[in-house]
Amino acid sequence: MIVELFVLGAFGSLVFHKRDVWANTWGSIFALLGTLGGIIFSFFTLIQGQMLSFLLGQTSFTFLQFSLHIDMLSAFFLLAISLIGFFCSLYGFGYVKHYYGKYDIGVLGFLYNILLGSLFLVVTSSNALFFLIAWEMMSISSYFLVVYDRHDEKNVKAGSLYLIMTYVGTAFIIAFFLLAYKYTGSFQFDAIKSQHTLIPEIFQSVMFLCALVGFGTKAGIIPFHIWLPAAHPAAPSHVSAMMSGVMIKTGIYMMVRLFLDVLAPVPLWWGEVVLIIGMVSSLLGVLYALTEHDIKRLLAYHSIENIGIILLGIGSSIIFSALDMKSLALLALVAGLFHTINHAIFKSLLFLGAGSVIDQMHTKNMEEYGGLIRYMPQTAFFFLIGSMAISALPPFNGFFSEWLTFQSLFQGIQNLSFSLEWLFLLAAGSLAFTGGLALTCFVKAFAGIFLARPRSEEVTHTKESVLSMRGAMGGLAFLAIFFGIFSGLITEIITFVGQNLSLFSVTDASVSVGHSQTLRIQESFAHVSAPIMFFFFGSIFVSVLFIIRFIINRRQTISFGETWDCGTPLKPRMEITTTGFARSIILVFKNVLKPSIQQTVKYHDAESRYIPKSRTVTMSVGNIYLTYFYRPLQKVIDEASLRSKIIQGGNINIYISYILIALFVSLFFVL
Amino acid sequence: MTAFLFFLQILLVPVVSPLCIGVIKKIKARLQNRQGASVIQPYRDLFKLFHKDERVSKDASWIFLIAPFVVFSVTVFVGMNIPLFSTENFFPMTSDALVIVYTLALGTFFLALSGMDIGGAFGGFGSSREMTLSALAEGGFIFSLLTMALLAGTTNLFDIASHPLFYNGEYFIPIVLAFVGFFIVLLAETARFPFDNPATHLELTMIHEAMILEYSGKRLALMEWASANKLVIFFVLGFNIFFPLGLVGDMSVGTLSMNLGLLLVKLLIFCIVIALIESSMAKFRFFRLPDLLVASFILNAVAIGLIHSL
Repeated sequence: MIVELFVLGAFGSLVFHKRDVWANTWGSIFALLGTLGGIIFSFFTLIQGQMLSFLLGQTSFTFLQFSLHIDMLSAFFLLAISLIGFFCSLYGFGYVKHYYGKYDIGVLGFLYNILLGSLFLVVTSSNALFFLIAWEMMSISSYFLVVYDRHDEKNVKAGSLYLIMTYVGTAFIIAFFLLAYKYTGSFQFDAIKSQHTLIPEIFQSVMFLCALVGFGTKAGIIPFHIWLPAAHPAAPSHVSAMMSGVMIKTGIYMMVRLFLDVLAPVPLWWGEVVLIIGMVSSLLGVLYALTEHDIKRLLAYHSIENIGIILLGIGSSIIFSALDMKSLALLALVAGLFHTINHAIFKSLLFLGAGSVIDQMHTKNMEEYGGLIRYMPQTAFFFLIGSMAISALPPFNGFFSEWLTFQSLFQGIQNLSFSLEWLFLLAAGSLAFTGGLALTCFVKAFAGIFLARPRSEEVTHTKESVLSMRGAMGGLAFLAIFFGIFSGLITEIITFVGQNLSLFSVTDASVSVGHSQTLRIQESFAHVSAPIMFFFFGSIFVSVLFIIRFIINRRQTISFGETWDCGTPLKPRMEITTTGFARSIILVFKNVLKPSIQQTVKYHDAESRYIPKSRTVTMSVGNIYLTYFYRPLQKVIDEASLRSKIIQGGNINIYISYILIALFVSLFFVL
Repeated sequence: MTAFLFFLQILLVPVVSPLCIGVIKKIKARLQNRQGASVIQPYRDLFKLFHKDERVSKDASWIFLIAPFVVFSVTVFVGMNIPLFSTENFFPMTSDALVIVYTLALGTFFLALSGMDIGGAFGGFGSSREMTLSALAEGGFIFSLLTMALLAGTTNLFDIASHPLFYNGEYFIPIVLAFVGFFIVLLAETARFPFDNPATHLELTMIHEAMILEYSGKRLALMEWASANKLVIFFVLGFNIFFPLGLVGDMSVGTLSMNLGLLLVKLLIFCIVIALIESSMAKFRFFRLPDLLVASFILNAVAIGLIHSL
């Protein structure tokens, strides 16, 4: 099937690893074919609404079956993965060229195809052990992609952090499945689903926490996010786009799968926890993004923010379903899933745009950009569309999923009792502030990269990126607009996906779609229509332009001159920097962000200290997770290891006696 | 008649907005013992600017050139989607509270980009300050509209506006609290005291003026006009959402002319209030402004909390 294409692509590019061009072409073509197949397949599954399940192979172990089950939810995530994968592969075809001669292209093609294939398997497998194998393949191939640019020491370090965090996460996931196996006696998802009531309540709670930590680590929720802003920037840009766009969504997929399908109905507090995590992640994610001046780290922090927004939808869906308000739960789930695919689209678009800029500028530091819109006009245009979509500006896709999320939170405020009402109120507040802060951050990012005068010499040597890269960005930008204008259609399909879960099989969603793509909440709570909005705004814009240009202003001319400079010639240093832009908002939130500033002045004459030679200002943001969570944790573990070192005497007799004791103890338990 | 009302709904905000600016300036001048310019001076200014040649910075890109059109269109679009003189809704599919908030954000986005685009020292800091304030104002803005939306059971602005005053006294406290919260946002979003001084070009404090410093000619006219429109939009939201006195769906000529007259009276009241505030208090220090905006957010949160307990 499709996965075989990836396998073929992977090993093919490995075979050609001596010939850069061949390896790249071979790997890219198979990735493109595979994802194209994925798009067509998942699209038809979604349209026809049929479920597929089959066995890839049977092993001699009864508990390990290579079984796949593709229901609508899987098909939806397959569609997201293959859409993004398709454009990223197209982009990669051009982008990889600058690695020619430096690194082994064959290995890159191999790993990239393995990553794509394992992503496909992760969202379709229906056996826990098979799932874990696919999950590990995904983690390991992405680890090697993160450290692909291995000459930079930082990348290797980021990779190690990623590997450690991902194994901690996997450990929790394994614990989850083992607990499920202990009580239900099966690793098959449908068997766990039908028998999960056998699990004692306390262990269900433990399982929930395990799943939350395990899948949350992959999704990048705060405080398990620390690997994300390190690892995503390190990978090649089209891989960053894959990781940020779809790989972290596999965590979301499993949360939906487990909490709203396999383990459903779940207790109320699970939803509350998810909602609170969503609030914290969205607000802190965007605040940390504001502090960044490394373009890819900035985008990585925005992934955390958007995962938070998605979790606001998923969390309220869990709460509603626990309270048996099924149609509201379906509305919130639709909001969450819609934002999932939207985020996949605009985030990969932004990562690809950033990749094009980095490819030309050879630095990720935004302070050295500026004025790139003149040298890379098309990239700038696509990046602008991505920025507007992620800032939830109408009529792009981000607006409609945030609108749905807002509406589901409003429904919670309207319909729930006192304490839950306040929880939803706080969630709506955090979403409102997140929207405003994201807008600020993307004014900073877009203006810092593309507008004003160049801040370094390097900018003047840049040129527009090659056709395949522009094509990929253009395709994604088109999707961002398409998913906005046809938000009604998309919502309808996603509602269908939600109703396919057995929890919502007989539920009508609180959101319905009327004529001309109108989204309607309840009967008359709210409605909005993207094409009508687009039409009115467009016609106002065009008529204003027409009236000003051709009626009022026929004879006026435009002359060009210098920017007002108060009499001193403007230098690049006089422009505002991205750090300066965000400085005031960082100071407003100084209690959360803990910014620090250090000044070092070197003097010509250290004794007299009159004439400074150079001044350095170092500004940074305190890493509270490292100081207050990971460092203490490390200390505890270190301490515990030191204590337990006592039993390691180094004498072989002692070890043998340990084995004897262990034997006795286990015999005692068995007999 | 319907066609006439349709175009009235679209054009009313841009038509009356320069008048409001003129009235505020006139009242402020009188309070300072000056004669002041005529109230129709803003119209003359716009006319003059529209017929001037333009000078644009060499560093500007197409973002700078297109931004005034986007910003102005946003205010016209929002202006036609809010209840002005009647609850009769011509645009039921776009007059949603969140659509209004985020469309205004679209205008702010382009305004801030144009400030950064020319690469001057002033524009960048204007954008930075503007975005800081508007990011923090967003929570209060959405929540003040949400208070009314929850009372009315809909987020459509025309449907919200069709409620009786204070719901016949039932929800007096939440509505007043939400209005106070909204008023703070109004001052911030329309660049008025104590957030910004619309009459200053002092580089240390200006916000809105700093962003449009490089504009001239028709683009400056559009920017100025857009900011006047935004002022009127917030005035109209202030009274027609929170205190929809005399607002009915009836479309007869009599009620219509009465409602239009009422609209002008309500606008005049807001103009007087703004002029009094600007004449009696000083601008706040920039880092004290977030306190005010957070206060607005909290007031609104309390208002929403009160709805269900009443």
